Amino acid sequence: MTEEAIITDEMRAVIGKEAEPLTVEVDKTAIRWFARAVGHTDLVFYDEAYAKSKGHRSIICPPGFLGHAIHTPDKPTNIVGNSVKRPPAIPGLKLMRLLNGGTEFEYYGEDICAGDTLKSVSKIADLRERTGGLGRMLILTTESNFFNAEGKLVATERGTGIMY
Amino acid sequence: MADQVYFEDVNVGDEIPKLVKNCTTQQLVMWAAGSGDMYQIHYDKDIAAGNGLPGVIVHGALKNAFLGQLLHDWIGEKGQIKKYNCQYRGMDVPAQDIICRGVVTAKRQEDGKSLVDLDIWTEKPDGEKTSPGKATVILPSRG
Repeated sequence: MTEEAIITDEMRAVIGKEAEPLTVEVDKTAIRWFARAVGHTDLVFYDEAYAKSKGHRSIICPPGFLGHAIHTPDKPTNIVGNSVKRPPAIPGLKLMRLLNGGTEFEYYGEDICAGDTLKSVSKIADLRERTGGLGRMLILTTESNFFNAEGKLVATERGTGIMY
Repeated sequence: MADQVYFEDVNVGDEIPKLVKNCTTQQLVMWAAGSGDMYQIHYDKDIAAGNGLPGVIVHGALKNAFLGQLLHDWIGEKGQIKKYNCQYRGMDVPAQDIICRGVVTAKRQEDGKSLVDLDIWTEKPDGEKTSPGKATVILPSRG
């Protein structure tokens, strides 16, 4: 029996296309919640006066935190994670279940602090098919670049999603 | 926080101080809110079972963030994380240790910066690596 390919030409056409930029807010309370959820003990993620004494503008983002996209009912954010910063939709995709396959963060030496507003631009970097323990899978690689108010690239997040 | 580590203090093959985590389901809910990932397989047993999982599982991205803490706590306030990643190869569950570890694989200079490459991973108490990855950090130099 020949199985139908998951990836169609129509899907392949979205690879590399950038989605509309999203505005991402880096909020003080959100940083603290993220740091608490991880179990961070460094006060640089919690105490503004302490963070300033260490030369930062405010409390800083812990590794892996790049703020939250702004949710409004007419422009909802993605419920399966801020990490999937609304890449372009994949036309005709029938697989519904999603597992997170991996994450990479790259930084470029700039502080990302509470009060910052970032612009996030995402794209689907790659689509691949694989057969594994979960049957036929679609491996989706996304890449999101984050720019600060001066337009400087401050971080890149690369994610791998496994759809099955 | 430990004392500041310097580039000169580090050797290839060194293991960095490990970090041991053990998630409650409450921590997973905190992570859902903190990260914005509301996927139900991490807090709703029935939905997890409906997805063919043994029960609720620890978020992959939380394990990634644990590895971020492992690096942050090691490099000290003068260090910087340049890049780190991990793959989610195996599932972790609440109430079981998640041991975060790292080993130095290379030391190099690039654009006047002192870089250290590491293999990083999380493992279960039986040693199974569930989230293997790589990292590059910038350490201060004694000059």
